Amino acid sequence: MANIISDETIEYIGILAKLELSDEDKEAAKSDMGRMLDYIDKLNELDTDGVEPMSHIFPIHNVFREDTVTNNDDHVNILRNAPEQKDGAFKVPKTVE
Amino acid sequence: MSKQYETVIGLEVHVELATKTKIFCSCTTRFGGAPNTHTCPVCTGMPGSMPVLNKQVVEYAMAVGLAANCHINQFSKFDRKNYFYPDNPQNYQISQLYLPICRDGWLEIETEKGIKRIGIHEIHMEEDAGKLIHDEWDDCSLVDYNRSGVPLIEIVSEPDMRSAKEVIAYLEKLRLIIQYLGASDCKLQEGSMRADVNLSVREAGAARFGTRTEMKNLNSFKAIARAIESEQKRQIEFLEEGGTVTQETRRWDDNKETSYPMRSKEDAQDYRYFPDPDLVPICISDEWISAVKERQPELRTEKLNRYQEEFQIPRYDAQILTGSKRMADIFEETCRLCQKPKEVSNWLMVEVMRLLKEHEQEPEQLSFSPGHLAKLIQMVEEHVINRTVAKTVMEEIFKNDTDPEAFVEAQGLAVINDEGELKKTIEEIIAANPQSVIDYKAGKEKAMGFLVGQTMRKMKGKADPAMVNAIVRELLSR
Amino acid sequence: MSILELTAVALGKKIRTGEITVTEATEAVLGQIRTLEPALNCYITIDEEGALRRAMEVQKAIDGGILRGPLAGVPVAVKDNICIKDMLTTCGSRILYNFKPTYTAEAVKNLEKAGAVILGKTNMDEFAMGSTTETSAFGTTKNPWNPEHVPGGSSGGSCAAVAAHECFYALGSDTGGSIRQPSAYCGVTGIKPTYGTVSRYGLVAYGSSLDQIGPVAKDVTDCAAILEVLASYDSQDSTSVKRADCNFTEALVDDVKGMKIGIPNDYLGDGLDEEVKKAVLAAAEVLKQKGAVVETFDLNLVEYAIPAYYTIASAEASSNLSRFDGVKYGYRAGDYDGLHSMYKRSRSEGFGPEVKRRIMLGSFVLSSGYYDAYYLKALRTKALIKEAFDRAFQEYDVILAPAAPSTAPQLGVSLSDPMQMYLSDIYTISVNLAGLPGMSVPCGRDSRGLPIGLQFIGDCFAEKKMIRAGYAYECSRPYEAPQLSKQGEEGE
Repeated sequence: MANIISDETIEYIGILAKLELSDEDKEAAKSDMGRMLDYIDKLNELDTDGVEPMSHIFPIHNVFREDTVTNNDDHVNILRNAPEQKDGAFKVPKTVE
Repeated sequence: MSKQYETVIGLEVHVELATKTKIFCSCTTRFGGAPNTHTCPVCTGMPGSMPVLNKQVVEYAMAVGLAANCHINQFSKFDRKNYFYPDNPQNYQISQLYLPICRDGWLEIETEKGIKRIGIHEIHMEEDAGKLIHDEWDDCSLVDYNRSGVPLIEIVSEPDMRSAKEVIAYLEKLRLIIQYLGASDCKLQEGSMRADVNLSVREAGAARFGTRTEMKNLNSFKAIARAIESEQKRQIEFLEEGGTVTQETRRWDDNKETSYPMRSKEDAQDYRYFPDPDLVPICISDEWISAVKERQPELRTEKLNRYQEEFQIPRYDAQILTGSKRMADIFEETCRLCQKPKEVSNWLMVEVMRLLKEHEQEPEQLSFSPGHLAKLIQMVEEHVINRTVAKTVMEEIFKNDTDPEAFVEAQGLAVINDEGELKKTIEEIIAANPQSVIDYKAGKEKAMGFLVGQTMRKMKGKADPAMVNAIVRELLSR
Repeated sequence: MSILELTAVALGKKIRTGEITVTEATEAVLGQIRTLEPALNCYITIDEEGALRRAMEVQKAIDGGILRGPLAGVPVAVKDNICIKDMLTTCGSRILYNFKPTYTAEAVKNLEKAGAVILGKTNMDEFAMGSTTETSAFGTTKNPWNPEHVPGGSSGGSCAAVAAHECFYALGSDTGGSIRQPSAYCGVTGIKPTYGTVSRYGLVAYGSSLDQIGPVAKDVTDCAAILEVLASYDSQDSTSVKRADCNFTEALVDDVKGMKIGIPNDYLGDGLDEEVKKAVLAAAEVLKQKGAVVETFDLNLVEYAIPAYYTIASAEASSNLSRFDGVKYGYRAGDYDGLHSMYKRSRSEGFGPEVKRRIMLGSFVLSSGYYDAYYLKALRTKALIKEAFDRAFQEYDVILAPAAPSTAPQLGVSLSDPMQMYLSDIYTISVNLAGLPGMSVPCGRDSRGLPIGLQFIGDCFAEKKMIRAGYAYECSRPYEAPQLSKQGEEGE
C-alpha cells in the first residue's frame, strides 16, 4: 500500500469532520483510507493537462430570485425538531469566543 | 538606540447589504424580531433545502466594486467554506474564494503627505451567520438564525495602510461610498459594517512583511484606533525582546483595552473550499455592467460640488454636510421644505453636530425628520420662538423627533411678544433698578444690557429680545 | 390478475373507469405489506391511517372530475431520503431517527398533485451510501427473489417493495447507480433521469452534482408515466433545468428500426459475470432482430470513473453531511463535555461506519494540500469522461450495458470489503458523472434464479430515445414477479 495514513492524519481529519473513533476503528480507518487513496491514485495515470475542472455539468448560469419577502414567521416549525431549545432559540453547550 | 519600525495594515471589511431578503432565501433581513422568526428551511440548514441567489445582492456587489474602481469578474462562482460552529447552520458558509465578483480596485484617501491610494485586493459575496447569545443562568449558548443568510460583501484591502489614521480615513471613505450607493447603512455599532484588522510590523526599510495577526471585535472607530496602537506596541515589544510574532487571530476587548488570542485546538482553520454544487456560476455581461454603472447615484464628490453651486454654501460647509449620506439627505430634504439652505446648514453644522458629539453618536444615527427641522426654522423666522428657545426645541427634535409646534405649545415656550405684557414687566424691572437707570443716563450702555438681561430672565427667555431691547430703550429715553 | 399484479398505469386506468376504487387498491397493498414486511423489511415507516384517509380524498376528487391523470389513486412508496411533511424521514440513519420534515419535497408534491397515495418511506443504505441496503440503521431489506440475498442499494427498499407488490411504484434516488442497480437485482425497471430533470428540493443531499430522484416500477411504461409527473422546473432548485419536452410517454413505441445502439467493449471484459454477459448480449440480439444497428465500441476512461466518482461524491458528502450535528434536529449524544465533544459524539454515535468512512475520505481530499491533487484532478477526469460520452453519442442513439457485474450477492458478504463493493458500481457511475439518463430493465435470470438487469443509457436530455429502446426490448418479454404467496411463504 503506497498511501500510509498516520495517526496524526486520522486525528486531524477527526477534527475537521467532528468524528471521534475508537482505537480499533482508527486502525480500520487508516487501512481503509489508505486503500481508497491507493485506488484514487490511479487518476494520476490520466493526462489531464489543459482540461478545465468541471464542477458544473451543464452550462446553466445566472439563476436568480427577486428581492421580495415571501417567507413568514415559521419559528414553531423551525424549532419543532430541536433536540434542545429555550426561549425560541436552539440550545447548545456554551461556545467559547 | 531602538530600531525604527513600520506598521503594515490590511483590512477585511464585512458589510451587511440593505436588501429586503436574505442572500439565498426569501426571509426578511429586517433587524430585530423574536429569535428564529425570520427563518426558513434554507437559512437554518434543514436537510433537503437548497439556496437560490438574490439578484439584488449581485447588483449591490457590482455597484460597490465599480465605485471602488474594481475589475468585475465576469465569470464568478460560489464556494463552500467548511467549519463547525453553531451559528453556521450548515456548518459551511457559502462564500467566494476562487472567483470573487470583484478584484484589483483602489480608493484614495487624504493623508498629511497628500493623496494616497489604498489597493483593494478583492470583493466577494457571502452569507452572514446567526447570532449566539450566552445564557449565564443555564451556562449554555442560545442560537438565533434570524441573521443567518443575511447578505454580506467582504472587501479585502491590500496591506497598504501604515497607521490608524490611514485606516480610519479608508474606512470613512469606504463607508461613504457604500452609503451613497444605498448598498448598506454601514453602522459599525449595529454590526452592519465590521472591520477585521490584519497588522504586522517590520523594520523601516525592510523588504519583506513581518508575521501578521488578525484582530476582531472592533465595534467603533475609536476601538479600531486603540486596537491598532495596542497591537503595534505588542508586536514591537516582542521583536525587541528577540521573539517572533505568532500568526493568530486575536479578539479585542475595548473595555480592557487589550487583545486575546482566539484559536482553540478544536479548530484547524482548514476550510476545504470547493465550488458549491447547489449554485450555478454568475456570468456578468458588458451590458449588465454598463447598466449598473449608469444607475450609480450621485456620489460624494459630485454632491459636494453640487451643494456649493446649487445652495451657494461654502465648500467647507458642503464637505461637512456631505460627510454622511444621512446628513446630506436631511440637509437636502429640509432645504426643499423651507428653502433656506444657509439656515439649515447652520443648524446642522452647529447644533446638530454638537448634539451628536454630546451623545457620542455618528451622523448615520440621526433619526429626526427633515420636516421637523424645517418647521423649527420657520418658527424662528416668524419669531414664534427666539433662538435660545429654539436650541432647546432642537435638542428635543434630535432626541425624540418631537413635532416642534406641539412641543412649544405643550411647554409654553412661545415667544412673548405681547407689547403690553412686556411693557409692564420692563416697567417693574426699571423701577426695581434705579441705579441702572442713572448709569444709563450717564452714558453706560452696559446698564441697558443689564436691564434687558434681567427682563429676559424674568420672562424665562421667552421674550423676543429685539422687542425687549426696543421697549427698554424707549422707556429709558423718557 | 389480482390487483397487486397490475402495473401503476393499468391500475390508474381501472380506477378511472371505476372498476377498482382507490381504497380497494390501497387496502390490498397495505395487506401485502402487513404480510410480507416481517420477512422483507422494505419499509422504515408505513402510514396506514394516512394512506387510507388520502385514498378516500383522492377517490372523491376523481369522482368529482378534479383528478384525471394516469396515476391518480395509485399508491406509491417513497425512499426515506426524500422529505415528506410531518412524516419520519431518517435517510436510513440513526442520526435522523426522529426527524419529521416541516415541508415536502417538490418531486413528491408533483405526485400528490397527480393524485398519488403515499404508503410510507422505504429502507435504504444510510444517506444513500452503499450498494446493498445493508448499511441502514433500520435493518437490511431482503431480496424478494431470494431473501438470503441483498436487494441492492441504496434504493433497495423501494425496488424490493415494487418487486414484492408492497407498492405499485416507488421513488428512489440515484447518485452512482442507486436506482438502476437495485432495480436490476430485484427484477424491476428504474430510471435515473438527466441531471436537473427532477427537482432536488427536499432530497437530502449526498453528492449534489450527481443526485437525481427517479421512478421504480414494474415496466418502462410505468416509469415513463411517472417520470412525466415527477419532472418539472423548480425555482427552488438552482440546478433545475427548464426542459421543453417532458412528454416521455410519447416514446413508448415498439420501433427501433435504424436506431444505432453501442455496447462499450470496456464493459464486457474482466469482472463481468458470464451469465450477465450472456443475457446482455442476448438482449442486444433481440434489438438487432427488431431492426436496430448494434455494435461494440471503445468508450475509454472506464477505469477512471470509479476513483473520480468516489473522490467527488465523498467530498460533496463530507460537506453536505456537516449539518448533522445535534444542534437543530436529529440525534444528540446523551453524554458530552462541551460543544466540540457534543459534535463529535453525536456524529460518531449517529453515523454508521460507511458514512463515516466517506466523510473522512471526503474531508481528506478537500483538505489543505490535497485539493488540487485529488478533488480538482477528479473534476478534470469528469470533464474527460463527459467528452467521451459526447463523442459516443455522436455515433450512437443509445448505449447498452449491464446494470451490474453480477446478480444480487448474498447478505453479509459485501461490507467486509468496501473497495470490492465500490468496484461493482462500474457500469452505473459514469452515467451520473456525465449527467446522462440511465434506465435498468430486467433481461433474464441467472442459474440461481436471480434477476439480471440491462442498462440503457441515453444522451443528455434524450430520455425519449432511451425509453423507446427499452420499451421495444421489453415488448419481447413479459414482466416477471417473484413467487410470493400471500401467506408470506416465499417460493423460488
